[in-house]
Amino acid sequence: MNVYADNAATTRMSETAVNAMLPYMRDIYGNPSSLHTAGQKAAEALLTAREDIAACIGADPKEIYFTSGGSEADNQAIVSAAAKGRSKGKKHIISTAFEHHAVLHTLKKLEKYGFEIELLDVGRTGTVTAEQVESAVRDDTCLVTVMYANNEIGSVMPVAEIGAVCREKGIPFHTDAVQAAGHIPINVKSQNIDMLSLSAHKFHGPKGIGVLYARKGIPLVSIIEGGAQERGKRAGTENIPAIAGMAAALKEAIANIETNAAKVTGLRDRLIAGLSKIPHCVLNGDPVNRLPGNAHFCFEGIEGESLLLLLDSKGISASSGSACTSGSLDPSHVMLAIGHSHEIAHGSLRLTLSAENTKEQIDYMIAEIPKVVEYLRNMSPLWRDKITGKKQFIL
Amino acid sequence: MKKAIVAMSGGVDSSVAAYLMKKAGYDCIGVTMKLFSSGDVGVRESKCCSLEDTEDAKSVAKAVGIPHYVFNFSDKFKAEVIDRFITAYEHGLTPNPCIDCNRYLKFGELFRRADELGCEYIATGHYAKIEPDNGTGRYLLKKSDNSAKDQSYVLYAMTQEQLRRTVFPLGKLSKAQTREIAADRGFVNSEKRESQDICFVQNESYSDFIARYTGHRRAPGNFTDISGNILGRHKGITNYTVGQRKGLGIAMGTPKYVVSINPDNNTVILGEEKDLYSKTVKMKNINLIPFDNISEPVRVKAKVRYRAPEQWATAVQTGGDEIELTFDEPQRAVTKGQAAVMYDGDTVVGGGTII
Repeated sequence: MNVYADNAATTRMSETAVNAMLPYMRDIYGNPSSLHTAGQKAAEALLTAREDIAACIGADPKEIYFTSGGSEADNQAIVSAAAKGRSKGKKHIISTAFEHHAVLHTLKKLEKYGFEIELLDVGRTGTVTAEQVESAVRDDTCLVTVMYANNEIGSVMPVAEIGAVCREKGIPFHTDAVQAAGHIPINVKSQNIDMLSLSAHKFHGPKGIGVLYARKGIPLVSIIEGGAQERGKRAGTENIPAIAGMAAALKEAIANIETNAAKVTGLRDRLIAGLSKIPHCVLNGDPVNRLPGNAHFCFEGIEGESLLLLLDSKGISASSGSACTSGSLDPSHVMLAIGHSHEIAHGSLRLTLSAENTKEQIDYMIAEIPKVVEYLRNMSPLWRDKITGKKQFIL
Repeated sequence: MKKAIVAMSGGVDSSVAAYLMKKAGYDCIGVTMKLFSSGDVGVRESKCCSLEDTEDAKSVAKAVGIPHYVFNFSDKFKAEVIDRFITAYEHGLTPNPCIDCNRYLKFGELFRRADELGCEYIATGHYAKIEPDNGTGRYLLKKSDNSAKDQSYVLYAMTQEQLRRTVFPLGKLSKAQTREIAADRGFVNSEKRESQDICFVQNESYSDFIARYTGHRRAPGNFTDISGNILGRHKGITNYTVGQRKGLGIAMGTPKYVVSINPDNNTVILGEEKDLYSKTVKMKNINLIPFDNISEPVRVKAKVRYRAPEQWATAVQTGGDEIELTFDEPQRAVTKGQAAVMYDGDTVVGGGTII
């Protein structure tokens, strides 16, 4: 049986999204900046997509900026807030220890330019509170950036409460909503969000396209210089097919958000219940406030890399953590942030579901994963030391 | 089909090894071992173990038609190679970390992964040969047919089990032949330059690396002569190795050499060229390949460092884990921490760490 359980890495494109793109590759291929009819038709598509996406997150179309994806949106949001802060002599930025690297590495770069970065502790369950943000705020804080939901362990942050604190203090609030958009309801107005990043391929849209929402009045600095596309904030001819595909995918996801979330949550809970029976394992992330599709475990005494290869040979596509870090392969900063040792962090397994998964697939994983874990443990000298009492169990 | 892991560094040797394994009919998995984070050890990303090398390995694996994975061994590499390297220097020794990497990583951890993935064999791009000894049923480690590239020295610690399960596809090739195969197959790295020296220390001295990695510098101390007379101050014992003449910062009538290092009283002992020579060498952590023990003295040719010429000696096993070599002629600058490796013709008899 084949099971794709790595939907946090990327998703299969929906037929709706594919079909929405095709006309803009075959027939309506004009440049939206052109005066002629072919160009104007493309410009209409751009406008419609902007309106559709704005409606999906409770924004105004003028607040939507198309980018190459979530990482670019994160970079631009942070750099923009930092530039504004610097002009007012404010150099303090609040974030969390388990943000995506698109955020953390951008902040690290700013640190070299004299910014002071404060990363909030996320505790064992991997959440921050509005109170933590409030007590970290200083007079010279120029940005709070806290992810909507964590990409590895699926914890969902109290974004509305954090937004309320920031709004009251007059500090711009950015959230990386790459894992949340299309999966849990977002309303930038009621949640007091000033800037938000999203990425199409996480909700069955195409890769290489994303959005930076920036509330009216939030100044943006352009990172890519050139033409006057995106109101001068993001140069480069617009990727119309991808933008149309993203809008179609998001609309579809929002239209079905409740039924999908209910279905996927049911599958997830079945999977979590099944795998939790494996001895010496731990479910990571907030057990209640978590993404509908996320199940993330650490299994003591095994290497995630071998686990993934063996699962792959059984047709199960899974991940040990963030797909973006597999190039660097260091123990996940998220695992370390929630207090796991290197040893435990190496035994990670992330299974992320979508509405395309079935109950049969979940049962197949519940049957196969414990076997593979047991097989690897039986071969592990570390495990032998633990069962013979030479070393202590951690989990 | 016989399943094998090919250890692929992204260099030309292991790339050709992968190609030859596939051609020989093995069901291959290419594995790049990530040994350290470039940032941690101060190596530029363009160097060994970088993402670029990984990309090269992936490109070659695709060209060869085998799957490729990257496994993270950085915790093990730190514990078994870098930490040992530092401890050795801090004890006045001059270690060879490549031997530890082969022993604990390539033929240790990687074998464990091979077991997990159901692979019977491991192949690497080393220039050496493994042949069965039909008389004893043991496996023998032999020099490469191409003596200029022979790497049997760094492999002396291989056990019988490891030798049985290891394949060195390049054992009969010269470097030029390897490059020719790589060029014929159109591998991206066919002209890549040879990796040099210790992979995790680049663009800095070993001593600077140790200071940066551990966060503290070794204290300065005294240079003394062999009788204990103080000759001057040294900059910390990790800066010196036996046989060293340059960089001592001492002006005397005659050239002075480091003849030994005493970590206990933080002293570096200097002497004349003649003080560097010794006839007997003791080693521990021994490994013997054609037999388990040396029952009576054997005549061998031995070398006391990778690039040293082989010299006639008599080997006597003086303990369960100790061998004493007596060379026919005194050897210059025998250095504690390096490996002494013994040969019988082209066959590796075994070796150990010089004490």
